[in-house]
Amino acid sequence: MTAPAQGGVKSSAGARLATAFRVLLPIVLALLVGAVIILALGKDPLTYYGYVARRGLLSPIGIQATITRMAPLLMIAAGLIVAFRAGIWNLGVDGQFLLAAVVTAALAPVLVTLVPGWLMILISLVVAALVGAAWSLIPAFLKARYGVNEIITTLMMTFLGIGLANVLIKLPFNDPNTTVPQTATLAVEDRLPRLFDTTIHSGVVIAIVAVLLVHLLMTRTAFGLKLQIVGANPRAAVHAGLNVSRLTFATFALSAGLVGLGGAIEVLGVWGTVRADWNPAFGLLVVPLVFLARLHGVAVIGFVLFFAVLMSGGESASRRLGVPTDFVLVLVALLLIFLALVEFLDHRRRQATKA
Amino acid sequence: MAMTGQDRAVVPAVAVEGITKHFPGVLANDDISLTFNPGEIHVLLGENGAGKSTLIAILAGMQQPDAGRIRLAEKTVRLTSPRESLAHGIGTVFQHVLLVPSLTVIENLMLGGPWRRRLDRASALARFGELSRILAVSLDPDALVGRLSLGEQQQVEIIRALWQGGRVLILDEPTSMLTPAGVRELGQVMRRLRDQGVAIIFITHKLKEAYEFGDRISVLRLGRTVGEITKARLAAMSEQQATDEVIHLMFGPSATGQTVDAETMAHEGQRRRRATAVDRGQSPFLTVHGLSTTAQPGESALRDVTFEVWPGEILGIAGVDGNGQKQLAEALAGQRPAASGVVALRNTQITHLNVAARRRLGLRYITDERVGEGIVATHSLATNLVLKEIGRAPFWWRGITRWDNIHAHAREKIATHDIRTPSEHTPIGRLSGGNIQKALLARELSTQTGVVIFNKPTYGLDLHNIRTARAAILRGAKAGLATILISTELDELVELCDRIGVMYQGRLSGIVENVEGAEIQIGLMMTGAAAA
Repeated sequence: MTAPAQGGVKSSAGARLATAFRVLLPIVLALLVGAVIILALGKDPLTYYGYVARRGLLSPIGIQATITRMAPLLMIAAGLIVAFRAGIWNLGVDGQFLLAAVVTAALAPVLVTLVPGWLMILISLVVAALVGAAWSLIPAFLKARYGVNEIITTLMMTFLGIGLANVLIKLPFNDPNTTVPQTATLAVEDRLPRLFDTTIHSGVVIAIVAVLLVHLLMTRTAFGLKLQIVGANPRAAVHAGLNVSRLTFATFALSAGLVGLGGAIEVLGVWGTVRADWNPAFGLLVVPLVFLARLHGVAVIGFVLFFAVLMSGGESASRRLGVPTDFVLVLVALLLIFLALVEFLDHRRRQATKA
Repeated sequence: MAMTGQDRAVVPAVAVEGITKHFPGVLANDDISLTFNPGEIHVLLGENGAGKSTLIAILAGMQQPDAGRIRLAEKTVRLTSPRESLAHGIGTVFQHVLLVPSLTVIENLMLGGPWRRRLDRASALARFGELSRILAVSLDPDALVGRLSLGEQQQVEIIRALWQGGRVLILDEPTSMLTPAGVRELGQVMRRLRDQGVAIIFITHKLKEAYEFGDRISVLRLGRTVGEITKARLAAMSEQQATDEVIHLMFGPSATGQTVDAETMAHEGQRRRRATAVDRGQSPFLTVHGLSTTAQPGESALRDVTFEVWPGEILGIAGVDGNGQKQLAEALAGQRPAASGVVALRNTQITHLNVAARRRLGLRYITDERVGEGIVATHSLATNLVLKEIGRAPFWWRGITRWDNIHAHAREKIATHDIRTPSEHTPIGRLSGGNIQKALLARELSTQTGVVIFNKPTYGLDLHNIRTARAAILRGAKAGLATILISTELDELVELCDRIGVMYQGRLSGIVENVEGAEIQIGLMMTGAAAA
């Protein structure tokens, strides 16, 4: 992965244009090849994309569903940006997200009987962040102390996390009043307040603020620069006297904490409960978006929006047209392939002109 | 390998004709024509930027010329990849070692084979033995490359370059990381290969070596060939005559012995620093007593190192690479914990302080791995100039980055240290080695009092930047800095230092005053043969 442009570096208009081109070209190519596949399935791609746009973006209900869907994705993106900029591959977001969601779902209905609503939400969010961070503690320790590859450890922690979440839902947190195993449900009026007269909950605002704060943190603060230096060249970090192991712990905690917040927001904003075997597995969907945005906090909002449109619009479009629902994933895969291809060609071009 | 020996109308092993290569903004090679004969050591001389590296890259198949052709034994060939170049018997040993340190010697040599074929250890060993005999070197084929000395690694590289036939051997500044003994050994290896009929292209910027090893000298300047001293003429010349002529060619007609560049080159290693007035009566600035470290297998740990440095003094640390110099530098800088012993600055014990705290007390370390650990290549020059000040005023205010101050600071350093860069925003990795070193010097020499550790400060630099770096070292010492200069180039130490110690297997085997004849004693100590 090429390093992201860092804060404080002004790029010329030409460079900006080139960046925009590099980012948009894969999207266009993915949509084009996607169209060919839809044609091969005997459907009309224009109708399909039209549906996607209408249901995901242009109709009032559609856009509200899309924006609501952005909240957890943005929180995960914020967590990933922190980690990736610091050169740490936190691929355990699904476990962190799910455990935080389950703990929130179990805690909130109890808390709401004890404290006022706003305090319940505040406590839930803090606890969720802590749960997420706690689930990254083992990979962080292994990485900082023994240099164990965090890709493996975080993925393994996700397997454990998913299993543990199910155990928690089925045993201690199970709501005996329901037939399917699930946690007690938080009443709709106790959930995150809605924005104006829409179905969009205020967690979206939290998520957008979180992404922007992360962006500022990484580009405008000493702490962010330290993280970036550890990520870009750990040996230079040691040479410059940075405490690499402490920064590694901080990165894991911050990254997983943000992801955990995402889990809490999804539960407090949308579901009010978590069923056994519920696992949205957003993590690996967000990873490519974060890279498409080149770890840029503002750009990632655009990509998450794009993806959310595809997801919410794609589902109904698929149902209408009889295209498999997983076609959205095909589009994402195409996007990744073309992203890698464009990146590769661009890299080659730059090598050729530099040398 | 063909035996030629005689000097009759020789068929050139390889010839380049009218090679031209443009890079954006630079004409790297401008209509270069050269022939390289079998059984000759052909020296290519030239400043950095003269086009040597580009020409080598073209011969090694890594770059394609825009115009011109390469003729191999009178047949025009196209070398579109390093693999093809090797298959044609052109082997290249680059300046920096390109081996896999975690593999053994023989494994490294077998790496080039086709992927679909099984590794054939027996025949590889046979070839290894054959080449070892020709080179008269003895290497353990099963030794891990990472554990070998740089000289031995270079021998492995030469064997690899000759692996597929070896008609032409290109050596790019091969002596820059060798000891005097290593250089002699390399000279023997080159002569043996020459006598076997190999055409050797030997790139260097040291006139002494050019004269000592070369059969023929070609000089490049600004992408062109500006002159050649033929075999017959070179044989008839004295060293002084050859030196004069080469300097004349390299720096233009009026330059002989006049420009500083020419002077640096001609007198390299012949000037001894005038004895300075270091007052060893007062207390030393840096005291190291009984310092030991622990090391990974394959590295030399420090063992019981004791020395002192006074303000204004330059203490040289000589030694073959890998004898603990790096460990010493890191232990002093705070990057590596001390297992035992004491390090003190003036009267402050700093043995257990971290890098940042030591820096605040005035201890600076200029690493030898400029790109590896000195900089963050993808970040801007401005950021790299404050890399060791992160979070501190005036560049940060309560943790908030003040980019304006950082950029203004960078602009000032660019001006005062003559760093050539498009702007302060340019990623530092895009700058040349010399400019990166200038940036590091700017970052570390911002102090008036203290200790500065230079680790191989001129390694891999061109003449101009070597001079800049050496001047900076002297200027610092003159201003009162206690200076430790670690170098593998004895010439450099003799030129700059007041006293010189030698690291051998992690021990500091002796510190001698830098007086007439000190080199001999130091040379002996470098091989562990004598202690002071």
